Amino acid sequence: MTALLDPESDVSPSPGLDDDRPRSIDPALPRVDKVFHASALGIGITVLVIMGAIGVFLGWQSIPTFKRYGWGFFTENQWQPEKDVIGISAVLLGTFTIALVAISIAFPLALSSAIYISEYAPPRLKNLLVSLVDLMAAVPSIIWGLWGFFLIQPKAIHLAHWFHTHMGWVPFFHVDTDPEASSWAQSRYAASAFIAGIAVAMMVVPMAAAIMRQVFSQAPIGEREAALGLGATRWGMIRAVVLPFGRGGIIGGSMLALGRALGETIAVVLIISPAFDIKFRPLEVGTESVSALIAGRFGEATSNQLSALLTAGFVLFIITLIINTLAAMIVSRSRSGAQTD
Amino acid sequence: MTTTWDLRGESGEPQPVPPHTTITTTFPTIEPLAAVAVPSAVHGESPSTGPAEPGTVVDLSDPAPSATHISSAPQTTVTRRIQVGAQEPTAFNAGAGDVEPDRPRSRVKELPRDIGTKTVDDRMSFWGSLTSSFALVWVLYYQILPFTGRIGFVVLWWVGFLAIYAGVTAMSNPAVVVKDRLAGAVVSSGALIVFGTLATAIVFTFGRGIEALLNPGFFTHDMSGVRPTSPLDQGGILHAIVGSIIEVGIAIIITLPLGIGAAVYMNEVGGRFSRVVRTIIEAMTALPSVVAGLFIYTVVIVVLGFPRTGIAAALAISVMMLPIIARSADVVIRTMPGGLREASLALGSSKWQTVKQVVLPTVRPGLATALILGIARGVGETSPVLLTSGASTYLTYSPFSDPNVTQQPMNSLPLFVFSAVRSGEPLFIARGFGAAAVLMVLVLILFVITRWLARERIGRR
Amino acid sequence: MTAIEDVTSYRYAVPVVPSPASQGGTLEARNVSAWFGSNKVLERVSLTMPANTVTALIGPSGCGKSTFLRILNRMHELVASAQLNGEVLLDDMDIYASGHRITETRKRIGMVFQKPNPFPAMSISDNVTAGLKLTGTKVARSDKDALIERSLTRAGLWKEVKDRLKEPGGALSGGQQQRLCIARSLAVEPEVLLMDEPCSALDPTSTRRVEETIHEIKDQVTIVIVTHNMQQAARVSQQCAFFLAEMGTPGQIVEAGATEQIFGDPVDPRTEDYVNGRFG
Repeated sequence: MTALLDPESDVSPSPGLDDDRPRSIDPALPRVDKVFHASALGIGITVLVIMGAIGVFLGWQSIPTFKRYGWGFFTENQWQPEKDVIGISAVLLGTFTIALVAISIAFPLALSSAIYISEYAPPRLKNLLVSLVDLMAAVPSIIWGLWGFFLIQPKAIHLAHWFHTHMGWVPFFHVDTDPEASSWAQSRYAASAFIAGIAVAMMVVPMAAAIMRQVFSQAPIGEREAALGLGATRWGMIRAVVLPFGRGGIIGGSMLALGRALGETIAVVLIISPAFDIKFRPLEVGTESVSALIAGRFGEATSNQLSALLTAGFVLFIITLIINTLAAMIVSRSRSGAQTD
Repeated sequence: MTTTWDLRGESGEPQPVPPHTTITTTFPTIEPLAAVAVPSAVHGESPSTGPAEPGTVVDLSDPAPSATHISSAPQTTVTRRIQVGAQEPTAFNAGAGDVEPDRPRSRVKELPRDIGTKTVDDRMSFWGSLTSSFALVWVLYYQILPFTGRIGFVVLWWVGFLAIYAGVTAMSNPAVVVKDRLAGAVVSSGALIVFGTLATAIVFTFGRGIEALLNPGFFTHDMSGVRPTSPLDQGGILHAIVGSIIEVGIAIIITLPLGIGAAVYMNEVGGRFSRVVRTIIEAMTALPSVVAGLFIYTVVIVVLGFPRTGIAAALAISVMMLPIIARSADVVIRTMPGGLREASLALGSSKWQTVKQVVLPTVRPGLATALILGIARGVGETSPVLLTSGASTYLTYSPFSDPNVTQQPMNSLPLFVFSAVRSGEPLFIARGFGAAAVLMVLVLILFVITRWLARERIGRR
Repeated sequence: MTAIEDVTSYRYAVPVVPSPASQGGTLEARNVSAWFGSNKVLERVSLTMPANTVTALIGPSGCGKSTFLRILNRMHELVASAQLNGEVLLDDMDIYASGHRITETRKRIGMVFQKPNPFPAMSISDNVTAGLKLTGTKVARSDKDALIERSLTRAGLWKEVKDRLKEPGGALSGGQQQRLCIARSLAVEPEVLLMDEPCSALDPTSTRRVEETIHEIKDQVTIVIVTHNMQQAARVSQQCAFFLAEMGTPGQIVEAGATEQIFGDPVDPRTEDYVNGRFG
């Protein structure tokens, strides 16, 4: 019978093991792992530096702009480089007008498509429709620009005219031309924020719809069955269970869509004709957005104006960043976001 | 009230049984152990006592010595095959029923019943409202009211349809049904508009571009020496296609290792610093593509003085793509089940081996999907290349500048489309649409590849 | 009844809150078979569940008890691949006949689920009246509070929550949540209440409360309860039906009858083995 402990041996505990503190352990990683860690860290630093440099550069370029134009940069609406009068107030307003039109059109469309795919679509059709939504998101923005300019604009002009004729007393719908004239000026309704907004809307609908649909599909089955078991109709169940659950996704998806709409360039460039008035009349010809301004003016810009363009781009970037961050926070705090990534 | 059942159907030999079915509803796993005296003594442990069962083969391998302990363990099925002769079912308040000799199972295959959730009322209301609104609006619109235009007709038709649908439903159904039907109609209309618009965009692009596409030279020539007003059988977009491929190719070479490497860093090495990296990457996904182009334009072209070449365009595309790819790769790696990593480490492998042999192969389909979606974005974005490259007309394979030529901008598909449609020349516009159609097809192909890759992943399970 | 008549008969079918002494209805299943896709899971099950009695469906896991229960209130067809055959008669009218609105059927045949599922976004009182709101049943505001109190009392929850009716429904304990779900189902005044293992996720005290509730309401509502717990079946039910699915075959009822008879003097040896705990 062997004794578990040899009474002759020295079994005094090593110093330090008596203490009730954790001991430090050395994982002693193999050398290949040390190399791996170092290279991964290196790549991480590289990426960080690249991206950080971009942000820093953009911000840094704002300094000469502010030095030269001061806060008037934000209040001045004219963009006349030859007179060295530059300001982005009209441009910012135009950007928001286009985005507002886009979201007003995109939000109901995205919400209803998401509800349809998630709740109403026949099962065989569902996967196809989900793929179609993703495909729509992959369509290049220039295609929507072409669509908006060549296909939609002629029809939308009539629609804008109709709005003006019947609701023109509201300043929002006003256009400074005579709608009652027998040959009303079509060109006054063309190249407007409204038409650009339509094209941008189609670009952001799939993004919002995909997020909303994914969130709706995660509504808990137990609650759905509870509502149905009580005798609710399908819409009653959706209102009682799916929509409250998906609130975070609805808001978050819409905000991400807004962020994208603010930054859209090429469709806007193709459609609008630049104008720098402070006005909130999307049906009227002439508007400008930050991205269209950059795309249109970069070639002829002197270094001052280049800084100004960079500053405008930086402002747009910050706005989009704030909106995206808010959207991410809302989605992650909501019931639905707790499960999505 | 007596009930007779029919446990067996018509006569016939027992059939080969289908594989055991799994019911989808869940059952609790653990029952509390309870010693209970079953009300009224249960006579006899041996199951062979009781009503006569001809041909019984009963083999209960778990004889409970006393009937008072009822312990239960979760089981999904009875694990013994028992051939028992038929028992005539008992009436509710009768004693033991009669016993009939063997009545084998039914041989007639039973078919399910067709129960539709839509009633006649549902269908009639829907189609009736649709057609009656059409007719009504037709009469009003064209004969009576002075409106014109197809759009107005469709809008009025839709509004009329909703109104009639609601009214008809309200006549014989409670309010919840009215709301349900209206909501269904509105939601379906919204989805219809969205998908219809997608269809019109695709059809429109191909429709306007078809005349350019039909010329085989369209894909094999460039536009050097061809005037914008030349007929469509001259010239082509080869230079744009090549330019797109080269520029995006360079962008992929830059962004793919950096993006995946950053994702691997954030997930496998981790730490506080990686959180900073992740935050910055997330922030940079908000960068508008035109600002990315402007950045490269300012730094590379203005400050550093390089000409507007393909490499500048490739850099602009990279700046735009890098946050997207890094973020998607990060998500894909992050959502990989952690148990796989642990299993690999538990076997004694190093972290690098784990990443190389376990993590990356597992996420490869997801990574490929993310990459291809990033490529689709990179190919289709116009603004980065608009600012950094030029819409040249001749084919060049070199993204760099050639000292023999003062400027060597590289064209690309979106840029070609942009310059073509802005020119105002109908023939050139047609070429532009042709190029747009090619761009569409390219994106579609990339998209189908991602779907195919994703399906492969599902199939592997 | 033709389809048109069925439809118009619902014109005034929106009830005001009926008197609490409503009677339960008789539920009868005739030759009910069920499939999921091509898998047959129930084979010609027939069962009569008499009015104002508690019928327990017992049997081992996976033999189709829950599927059968869900067929009784047309929840089975929510699964895309689900199909069925046979008839289910509530007061001698087949609920699957064309022209019968599903939502009406589910109003008359309520269900309490295995996992408590109160609506987390609604308060306790709103949860109780959720069924009325969802079915468009109008309740006079003066009657609403009385209705809430009555439903919660019948479910055995009133005393515990009467001071916090405005709190969210998800804030209660598991047992309280399940009793809230019972109150919610009772508020609609169904004729039949189906319970799918309602106590399996609950502690013994809550289980006892729920069983007390079952005992109290059975005079007004017919109850069909699926349970894994044989002692519970013996405690609460007057009739029992023993389901069994032998390996590879669809589920069937082996034996059904009065509870005392099923437990005390079962006819089929399989029943006897099951109730004696020799398998399960």
